[in-house]
Amino acid sequence: MSLINTLPEMVITTKADQFLNWTRKSSVWWMLFGLACCAIEMMQTQGPRADVDRFGTAPRAAPRQSDLMIVAGTLTLKMALRTKLLYEQMPEPRYVISMGSCANCGGLFQLAYSVCDGVDKVIPVDVYIPGCPPRPEALTEGILKLQEKMMHEKWLVRRRAESAAA
Amino acid sequence: MDAAAIHQRLKARFEDHVGDCDTAAKDPSIMVSPAAIVLVCQFLKDEPDLAFDALSNESGVDYKAKNVIEVVYHLYSYGHRHSIVLKVDAPRDNPVIPTVEHVWKAANWLEREIYDLLGVTFEGHTDLRRLLLPEDWVGHPLRKDYVEPEEYHGISTRRESLLK
Repeated sequence: MSLINTLPEMVITTKADQFLNWTRKSSVWWMLFGLACCAIEMMQTQGPRADVDRFGTAPRAAPRQSDLMIVAGTLTLKMALRTKLLYEQMPEPRYVISMGSCANCGGLFQLAYSVCDGVDKVIPVDVYIPGCPPRPEALTEGILKLQEKMMHEKWLVRRRAESAAA
Repeated sequence: MDAAAIHQRLKARFEDHVGDCDTAAKDPSIMVSPAAIVLVCQFLKDEPDLAFDALSNESGVDYKAKNVIEVVYHLYSYGHRHSIVLKVDAPRDNPVIPTVEHVWKAANWLEREIYDLLGVTFEGHTDLRRLLLPEDWVGHPLRKDYVEPEEYHGISTRRESLLK
């Protein structure tokens, strides 16, 4: 006999994985990691108009308290080493959003001697957001995509979704 | 005071250490020998009718064909509202120029930047370290014959052509 729809209305039945994923996706704390002009759009995304707070995200200034790193801006080789260090300081499970052309592939500056062309050369990336810089709506969409991905993960068997093994 | 007059003042005081004056350029410039640059700068700053109290910019240029690295000083006087450009040539293989840091404090970071990107050594500088690039960087990228390293701490700097 199925339990679904047989219990009183105050009880919701769900799967353990789904419940865990729901709790995690509803409190994505992202690390402030503004490197260039994309950071201005990232601040706007946190502001009252785009207001990503309504999806349960909150900005943190410390890697040790964050789940998500939004790499916003041009990544230089000098910064790339520090990016890797900060990523390693984040507790697992951890996610990375690469925001804007520069973080995706080096963008306009990819031929410069000092620029790391793509943050994925240093750390694994979950969501890429194109744009130069992406609008707050684009970053909001990126966070929603990441939440979608989180919902497909299976934690009871300790395995991340296939697409996460980047 | 215009550029020709400033040039005359310098010529009278420093004679052979001061070279030609390019008055045709938008920013007139005077060539100065490396040995005299500190004295010339101090003179330009201290004389009441010159009073160049600000070093607006200091930069370097690599002239590979002439085999020199040129350091360029942009001076401005807020009191008299006149400006002048000084130029100093140094040999490419061993560019050493005395620092003007103790004349204008602003030169500190500007000279560190020139050292970082062009490899000019400023003699007497109090803190001659790289300013922009990491301290373990090899080479000076604004040199015309700079060859980009293949990787930096395991991060490849090779890029696939986007036109393929």
